[in-house]
Amino acid sequence: MPSKNYGEKASLGLTLGAIGGLLFLHVPIAIIFLYSFTTDEATYSFPLPGVTTKWFGVALQRADLWAALTLSLRVAVVATIAALILGTLAAAAVYRSNFFGREAISFLLVLPIALPGIVTGIALRSAIGTMNIPFSYWTIIIGHATFCIVVVYNNVLARFRRMQGSQIEASMDLGANSFQTFRYVILPNMATALLAGGMLAFALSFDEVIVTTFTAGQQSTLPIWIFSQLVRPRDRPVTNVVASIVILITFLPIFLAQRISAQSSETEGGAK
Amino acid sequence: MLNRLSTYLYQRPKLVLGLLLGPPLIYFLVVYIGSLLALLVNSFFRLEEFTGLVVREFTLEQYAKLFTSTNLGIFGRTAGMAIAVTIADGIIAFPLAYYIARFASPRMKTYLYIAVTIPLWSSYLVRVYAWKLILAKEGIVSWFFNLFGLQFVLDGILSIPGIGGSSLSLSPIGMFITFCYIWLPYMIVPIQTALERVPKSLLEASSDLGANAAQTFRNVILPLSFPGVVAGSIFTFSLTLGDFIIPQVLGNSRFFIGQAVYSYQGTAGNIPLAAAFTMGPIVIMIAYLLIARKMGAFDAL
Repeated sequence: MPSKNYGEKASLGLTLGAIGGLLFLHVPIAIIFLYSFTTDEATYSFPLPGVTTKWFGVALQRADLWAALTLSLRVAVVATIAALILGTLAAAAVYRSNFFGREAISFLLVLPIALPGIVTGIALRSAIGTMNIPFSYWTIIIGHATFCIVVVYNNVLARFRRMQGSQIEASMDLGANSFQTFRYVILPNMATALLAGGMLAFALSFDEVIVTTFTAGQQSTLPIWIFSQLVRPRDRPVTNVVASIVILITFLPIFLAQRISAQSSETEGGAK
Repeated sequence: MLNRLSTYLYQRPKLVLGLLLGPPLIYFLVVYIGSLLALLVNSFFRLEEFTGLVVREFTLEQYAKLFTSTNLGIFGRTAGMAIAVTIADGIIAFPLAYYIARFASPRMKTYLYIAVTIPLWSSYLVRVYAWKLILAKEGIVSWFFNLFGLQFVLDGILSIPGIGGSSLSLSPIGMFITFCYIWLPYMIVPIQTALERVPKSLLEASSDLGANAAQTFRNVILPLSFPGVVAGSIFTFSLTLGDFIIPQVLGNSRFFIGQAVYSYQGTAGNIPLAAAFTMGPIVIMIAYLLIARKMGAFDAL
């Protein structure tokens, strides 16, 4: 196991490099929170000229924000459900059978996130345009589901590979039919992988902006609202507050999902 | 009833496979592959100049337009940025990945892993916004330089033609920093995975044979973990290539590929030209993926 390192200690340079990397990753996020309390309305001046909490109240009153937030949540929920179903089906198929083109499935599913987001966006856009489909809530969901599937697929497939086939055989030997085996053996084994995959898919959909700009038409999801503020800042203090809220909303699902996958790989590494 | 259905299905594994694979495969073929084909087809159409409508007849007009000096400049600029970001991220990611893989206790490792992956999944836009705040003329970086009386250094950097600009938040150097920040976790995770797989015994053998730490690093660790670096570079390179948000928010008037595609399809409504433009990054990425696979990067993913 790599964790044993014969009493060796990391050199000072390496430790500093690692700490520097961690700070680089996290300090900017802390700064976002800091700015949501600024009294400065017109610039991003630092040090903050004063501290206030009034912008949280102002943000809560904004109807356009609520509409954008609601749309984002509705999209993320449906896209996540679609990704859970399709991703799990694909993972099950790849796990249990050996068929022609099996390797290609993983490659196919990973394409929407391996190719630049703009490719997926403009491709969907040109297809929607060519077929004269009006832009709507559903065109956004179709776009999001495309790249959320692979997240669920990866999580579930990894869990299938870790699951012991003997459990399924035992269940069948004891007289359970396929559906009972699925309900009582496979599903409980899959539960946390589905939860982790689902939460990551949710987080991914909730703040996706590149594909959404091509599939949304006139509608504004929360990321599109933020993007318009980034290009032409009109409500700086409100944007600061919204940015903090977005980080807070996505933090919990992401943290839990990572915790689950970290734990299951720990148990795998332990004596089993 | 269920038992009979169960037996029926058990005897027909091909049917079960079809039932499992059918929905996701059909969805993907119709929605995704279908869209990519629509994109390809559109790139051979042209736009009627007066009506602004797409004329559906075969032409290579759009591809010819790609080879004007402006557009070649856009490709060059974007590819240059993608290469610079990839190299810088490799350098920043390595120490942290190495520390996590080799020196962190199992408990610490879990927390460090989470600390790296939380930024990876959290809001991309908000993290771009953070750099808009930090790099602003009146923001933290300027304040920091002023604090030590180093304003002239910052002004010096900003006056370099090609990478400078009126302020850090409107310059290629600011974009570079932001790109490095945003894609860094995508580089750390595969490098860490690759480093975990380097057998301890090889390191011991190397030092037994008299190599010092630097030699072991250069001749053993680096070559063995290089597939991880390549795997990470797929993401940093591809994501930089296709991004239009960061150039839009932090860049100047000199376009990147993503911005060009975005503006051609948006304000100009010229889907054929936008489609032809996208073929650039697609071809570059497919070549990159093929090379990466040769170098064993897919095993490190």
